Amino acid sequence: MGAEFVQLSLTPILIGILAAIACALPGNFLILRRQALIGDAISHVVLPGIVVAFIVTGTITTWPMLIGAAGAAVVAVIIIEAIRRVGRIEPGAAMGVVFTALFAAGVLLLEQTDTSGVHLDVEHALYGNLESLIWFSAEGWGSLLDPQALAGLPPELFRMAAAAFIIGVLTIIFWRPLKISTFDEGFAGAVGVPTTIFSLGLVIAAAVAAVAAFDAVGSIIVIAMFICPPAAARLMTNRLEIQVLWSIVFATLSAIIGYVLAGYGPLWIGRDHAVSAAGMIATVSGIILALACLFAPHRARIGAPKEG
Amino acid sequence: MLNAFLEALLFQAGYNTALVAIGAALLGIAAGGGGSFLFLRKRALVSDAVAHATLPGIGLAFMIMVALGGDGRNLPGLLLGSALSAMLGLIAVEWITRNTRLAEDAAIGAVLSVFFGFGVVLLTIIQTMTRGYQAGLESFLLGSTAGMLYQDAVVIAIGGSLAVAFVLLLRRPMTLVSFDAEFAATSGINVARMDLVMMGLVMAVTVIGLKLVGLILIVAMLIIPPVTARLWSERTEHVVFIAGGLGGLAGYLGAAFSASAPDLPTGPIIVLISFTLFAISLLLAPGRGVLAAFLRHKRFQIRVHRRQGLLALARGEVILEPLTRRVLRRERLIRRDGVATEKGRAAAAKAVRDESRWALARQLYQDETVYSRYDGLTPIETVLTRDEIADIDRRLGPPAPVM
Amino acid sequence: MSEVALELASNEGKAVAKPLPADSPLLIQELTVAYGEKPAVFSVDASIQPQSMTAIVGPNGAGKSTLLKAVLGIVPRLSGKVLVFGEPIENVMQRVAYVPQRASVDWDFPTRVIDVVLMGLYRELGLLRLVRRAHRERALACLDRVGMADFADRQIGQLSGGQQQRVFLARALAQNADLYLLDEPFAGVDAATERAIIDVLKALRGEKRTVVCVHHDLATVSDYFSNVLLINIRKIAEGPVATTFTAENLQKTYGGRLATAHIDQLKLPVA
Ligand SMILES: Nc1ncnc2c1ncn2[C@@H]1O[C@H](COP(=O)(O)OP(=O)(O)O)[C@@H](O)[C@H]1O
Ligand SMILES: [Mg+2]
Repeated sequence: MGAEFVQLSLTPILIGILAAIACALPGNFLILRRQALIGDAISHVVLPGIVVAFIVTGTITTWPMLIGAAGAAVVAVIIIEAIRRVGRIEPGAAMGVVFTALFAAGVLLLEQTDTSGVHLDVEHALYGNLESLIWFSAEGWGSLLDPQALAGLPPELFRMAAAAFIIGVLTIIFWRPLKISTFDEGFAGAVGVPTTIFSLGLVIAAAVAAVAAFDAVGSIIVIAMFICPPAAARLMTNRLEIQVLWSIVFATLSAIIGYVLAGYGPLWIGRDHAVSAAGMIATVSGIILALACLFAPHRARIGAPKEG
Repeated sequence: MLNAFLEALLFQAGYNTALVAIGAALLGIAAGGGGSFLFLRKRALVSDAVAHATLPGIGLAFMIMVALGGDGRNLPGLLLGSALSAMLGLIAVEWITRNTRLAEDAAIGAVLSVFFGFGVVLLTIIQTMTRGYQAGLESFLLGSTAGMLYQDAVVIAIGGSLAVAFVLLLRRPMTLVSFDAEFAATSGINVARMDLVMMGLVMAVTVIGLKLVGLILIVAMLIIPPVTARLWSERTEHVVFIAGGLGGLAGYLGAAFSASAPDLPTGPIIVLISFTLFAISLLLAPGRGVLAAFLRHKRFQIRVHRRQGLLALARGEVILEPLTRRVLRRERLIRRDGVATEKGRAAAAKAVRDESRWALARQLYQDETVYSRYDGLTPIETVLTRDEIADIDRRLGPPAPVM
Repeated sequence: MSEVALELASNEGKAVAKPLPADSPLLIQELTVAYGEKPAVFSVDASIQPQSMTAIVGPNGAGKSTLLKAVLGIVPRLSGKVLVFGEPIENVMQRVAYVPQRASVDWDFPTRVIDVVLMGLYRELGLLRLVRRAHRERALACLDRVGMADFADRQIGQLSGGQQQRVFLARALAQNADLYLLDEPFAGVDAATERAIIDVLKALRGEKRTVVCVHHDLATVSDYFSNVLLINIRKIAEGPVATTFTAENLQKTYGGRLATAHIDQLKLPVA
């Protein structure tokens, strides 16, 4: 549990934790707004966004990817809204129409594009490749203080840390209007909160989390972390502040336990190949949610559900 | 390529291709028809959870079949496994919604991502297994890209026909339930069982479609055609039939098109054709289309401003709102300086007369229809009969002379 | 202008030249709002008197809630104008408090009573200012005014309907506004809550603030309010309760839905 851990497991675990937290934070609000599936939709439309960005710029670098994915998410949300309003179609179905079509377009574009030479394919998009984000230049815990070794940290770590940091800071800054507009949109509008901008901003934040995480861990984790930790957290408490803290705890636990089980679990039962870390993290988050559904203190509903 | 496409369309591109195209068409019909019930019951995205929940079943079925000494490639076996785990996913969604404070959308998202994640774990285990023939399991995610095994094509064609027959057989009770569950219950239909049957159908379509379009995109075949159909019709039976037709068309065209060139994966092509039909409909459909809605809104706004302007003219008020002025100007009802023209005075007098008719009508006919339509725009002719209006006019005295 | 038209216009009881009272806390001119193709509010004019307590009365679906929402800009206006204290509402938001219908929020939301009341201080607190003891005490004082100080730490879902309504009112009190717009504050509440709410509203009026209330209980209009605005898609009548809340006007507003016998029970002045 020394040099090898630092070299092979430390950075993937950190990236996993950061990705999980970055997704869980906006997930709290999506769940309370009954928009959990927007998370699902976003994680699907990230693919076409990135493919288009690649076709336009010819590279897979941070900014084009971010812009492409955020743009795709916003376009998707606008089309969903238009279908909902103009066609008077219920939001779930409108979402289903849009994200499947955009995902299909992404897959097709990808098949038609020459992506040899870059790391871009559908499976990578689904599962990510957390296991490969290792810290080559590390030789042990001491490397944490060694500038030369630190320079060799995988760039995904910085990208994910930046995304998690930005989302965390935005959540803190806009906490109050976010909370008010999530609870009571009419009142929020009446005290001057620009509610449309906030709902769109939430979607963009979710898209940023999704694209940063997507690159490292794939879209399964993205959807699972948008939904499972906040949902489990909702069952633990009746206060939003504490719910968000629980969701961070659950996201972190899912990432650590999931990664360790995926990497070392098979060895413990005498097999010699690791399993998908992304899949295992999602599975662990599901187990946490299942336990919360069965035992959490505030699992039962009390208030009347929102009408309409 | 056009040639190849035409050949595929006309069943000239080989036996397998023809079989797949027929299978895809049948699957599209069943998915469109069956998905309509789900959509009308406002549960479209439950199918997304069901579809993603198939993956662990596929993995486990493969592992069990290999453990029993097979090569794990038996399609009916894999489909049975996928159906069982889809059912488990469905039960989980319902249980969470019923027994915890979480709403259905959170339950759907949780189930689909967790089941899918676990399925991926199983797939990575399978990849490292030394026995069994694991190539091809990946095709369950996004469907098969190239040609299909004869055996698989047969399964799709037979399964598709059965599903279509099923939809035709049960369309009456399912229509009733999805339109008005309470009424259906009073007419002796077991709603809970019908819901189960509906979900069974969705599951069947998903499982049959796995090999062709894959579990990520199969929901598109269940959702897009019904939503498209809804744009064209307000009647449940029509929605079901139109959705079946659109689904069948997309399936058939998609399969043929994808067979006509390499690099054209069947699933995405079917979905995109389906979406194209949807986009055209959203633009052009008469009732719920974008174009129609835009024109209607503009016309409506003009009607409101015209009416309000005329009433203001009749009251001798100066009209300040620019749009109202523009509307009245364009019809030459006012002059540039805002003063009513001859024509404007006549129209204003008529509007006022209409108002007085309404006012009197509200005294004479004190019932809901008259009261709830007193919205300033409804022509009185659409609410009262001609003789009733004549009666009102008699009481009001002769029409206002127009100067 | 045609003479007949003018005559008909005066038949409608409308003045020819429209006065523009700039001091009106709420002035609505020719307001039309539609959902899709049907106007929910058509060409409504109204001028709320300063320091009055006005009831907006009309049958279900008459557009009462829509009228308030259009005033606040929550639903778009198709035509017409709204002036609050002589200005577009965007400029004077901080002087207006709004209490929506109780059913419009998710009462399962993870938050406590005191947090909801603190939302009323949003304009003061802004994004980042910390909630200090003074803020908390003000919120508690508002809760106290509606008799809910002991419930400050409860989860909102645990409250009864009447208590939820009181919390909404306390949040509005925290806003310290000059114009209060309330949507059916008495709907589905118990008698004690109704008493508590009306006492607070009357006290607000005593503090020279203006209260506008969508109200559904005809029997209490005369007791509670000074003015009334009768609407049913159109404006039917507007003015002091004593002269406007008449059997005839009610008949015009409700039509056959309100049995004449029932109106008689209200013992209204006959115009
Ligand atoms: N969001 C909406 N979309 C479509 N129609 C609506 C909406 N809100 C209200 N309506 C319709 O507008 C009319 C007026 O509604 P509302 O203002 O709520 O009436 P009230 O508050 O007087 O009962 C009703 O016929 C109602 O059905
Ligand atoms: Mg109302």
